[in-house]
Amino acid sequence: MNQPAIVDVSGNKETTTLNLGPTHPATHGVFQNVLEMDGERIVSGVSTIGYIHRAFEKIAEHRPFYQITPLTDRMNYCSSPINNFGWHMTVEKMLGIQMPKRVDYMRVIIMELARISDHLICNGILGVDTGAYSGFLYLMEQREHIYEIYEEICGARLTTNIGRIGGFERDFNDIAFAKIKKFIKDFPPVLREFETLFDRNRIFMDRTVGVAPVTPEVALSYSWTGPILRATGVDYDVRVAEPYSSYEEFDFDIPVGTTGDVYDRYILRNEEMWQSLRIIEQALAKVEKEPKGVFHANVPDFYLPPKEEVYNNMEALIYHFKIVMGEIETPKTELYHCVEGANGELGFYLINDGGRTPYRLHFRRPSFINYQMYAPMSRGMLLSDAIINMSSLNVIAGELDA
Amino acid sequence: MELAFIIEKFALVTVIFLISLGVAAYSTLAERKIAAFLQGRVGPHRAGPHGMFQPLADGGKMFFKEEIIPSESNPILFIMGPSLALLTACIGSAVIPWGQSMVIGDTVVDLQVADINVGILYIFGVVSLGVYGIMIGGWASNNKFSLMGAIRAASQNISYEIAMGLSIIALLMVTGTLSLKEIAEQQHGFWHNGWFTWNVFNQPLGFLLFIICAFAECNRTPFDLPESENELVAGYHTEYSGFKLGAFLFAEYINMFVSSAVMATLYWGGYNYPGMDLVNEALGSTWAPLVGVAVLFAKIFLFIFFFMWIRWTIPRFRYDQLMHLGWKVLIPIGIANIVLTGVWMTLKDILF
Repeated sequence: MNQPAIVDVSGNKETTTLNLGPTHPATHGVFQNVLEMDGERIVSGVSTIGYIHRAFEKIAEHRPFYQITPLTDRMNYCSSPINNFGWHMTVEKMLGIQMPKRVDYMRVIIMELARISDHLICNGILGVDTGAYSGFLYLMEQREHIYEIYEEICGARLTTNIGRIGGFERDFNDIAFAKIKKFIKDFPPVLREFETLFDRNRIFMDRTVGVAPVTPEVALSYSWTGPILRATGVDYDVRVAEPYSSYEEFDFDIPVGTTGDVYDRYILRNEEMWQSLRIIEQALAKVEKEPKGVFHANVPDFYLPPKEEVYNNMEALIYHFKIVMGEIETPKTELYHCVEGANGELGFYLINDGGRTPYRLHFRRPSFINYQMYAPMSRGMLLSDAIINMSSLNVIAGELDA
Repeated sequence: MELAFIIEKFALVTVIFLISLGVAAYSTLAERKIAAFLQGRVGPHRAGPHGMFQPLADGGKMFFKEEIIPSESNPILFIMGPSLALLTACIGSAVIPWGQSMVIGDTVVDLQVADINVGILYIFGVVSLGVYGIMIGGWASNNKFSLMGAIRAASQNISYEIAMGLSIIALLMVTGTLSLKEIAEQQHGFWHNGWFTWNVFNQPLGFLLFIICAFAECNRTPFDLPESENELVAGYHTEYSGFKLGAFLFAEYINMFVSSAVMATLYWGGYNYPGMDLVNEALGSTWAPLVGVAVLFAKIFLFIFFFMWIRWTIPRFRYDQLMHLGWKVLIPIGIANIVLTGVWMTLKDILF
């Protein structure tokens, strides 16, 4: 089997130090691993992070709540909308705002699209790292369609800054709905083709089955969450464990793996994409049943009024001024809210002292926590295995460093 | 007579050299176009109609780029690496018979640069030398990724040459000669005495072994470990730039061309095609060989397409799996193939 042999370093063998990163094609971002190599085998490794640390948590202490959304964009930039909504929901939880159902469903649609786009990248890149490039481009085309949907809804593509505290900035237009419907129709054949290309590919299976297996105990002891935890067999999913944004109304399965190896993670991510498609279909049906034109909650204290009203209406002008200048009272709280990000539990730990900015805000970034196990895991692995292990952990540099 | 001979050979060498370079250059374009086709893209289309001048543009770019020689490297070896790679790639085509002998007026022109009686051994020798370029280049770069790529290349080429040699031994038992010209002549036509004349029908297993080893010798996917981008940045040519990088890349494509030509000659009948006797009669011995040349090139291009098709479809092996395949699978199969061939030949003598 593919079980890595443990290297004997007791002898007087010389090892080589290899700098994997900070700019290496396999890191897909900027982070470094200093590896001690015995030929092709890794004897030990040290991970260095912080190359793109931008001090988001500190910056957040100086920004009004609505201005923190763009910071969250830049964490896991492969699925920004989940970060955006996660932050919005945290603030809404603090303020005690109840969202209209239609907004919840619209958020679910976008979040599941984001999850698909993130998993697309991860599985596509796994293919690239094993040497098969074409599958990646098949999927990239679909990601483009997802980005077009974002574009239709908020105008941006990668760092979306989608939605507002209290709902959406504007309603989905007809083109957006048409594009979503087109996507859920066009995507399954492509995903099926991708699965045909990889799932039973002899070389791909040889490369991934049994590589970097993780037991549930070890995974939990490292606080792993998300697809890589579920691949080990633990059925923890925030969407079910602590439902948010009306996820409890949806009917979907949580796929779990058995061995937690790279192949399990790959299969699991594919299966999650199918489940996401199911959720989107249900959400679309639910949105159509809700009254049209509702796209934000009625919270004038936090939701910016339309510009027309600001220019022509006294009330709106006052609210606009107060929101922008940050003169709204906020409750003194300490709370934690988490959403199921594409890589795991994305948490926001917020301490508010009632001012215009948070007193302290901590992002629980799944990549950062999942990555901690990478160096210990790599011990005894071949370099090639360590690299596909890294891509299947889906470490996003922005989320790793924040 | 002597002068005419030299002129004839010189002309042939020049033509073959230019064709190899041309095919290699346009293979780069073909690779990008085929990749684009397989991935639902357009591919290069800016330089000339359908990107036809893209190889020229790439070549020009390579020439004018700055040549960087790392300060910690050994400059002589650093330059020697790509030169050797390109040189060994180019001389491989000397023994390929490109067609039947052409009769022009009174003279008979052999469409083969050198008909040496150990043609196959010559090809083996040249192919084995090819790894020196990579090894020297990777070593001289003084970069760990380059060194790892070079070591992978060396061990891979050595391992797969053994299996390749075994597949050839079985072929030699059937053909009874080492001369490529004679092997090509033996495969005349397509059908003779109730059986195919092409060696692939006598040696299907041998051909399978040979093509797998050819992939490994050319460092093509799934055996592209020496330059696997995601593991070793660019492997042995990480530190190279400008024309020296071009030489490495070019050598790979020339290798592909030569190994396709060898495969076509050894197993797929070379310049022979069904119904060639009729064509020979109709066109005469001046023009008919050119049809054979065209047929050989068609076969070569098919193989080159196959190389590219595989490259853009499947993942690559891991290093230990590569060694496992080479030593524990291909070599036993190669030996079994020799035994089977011997048994079959003996039985055939007894029975028929």
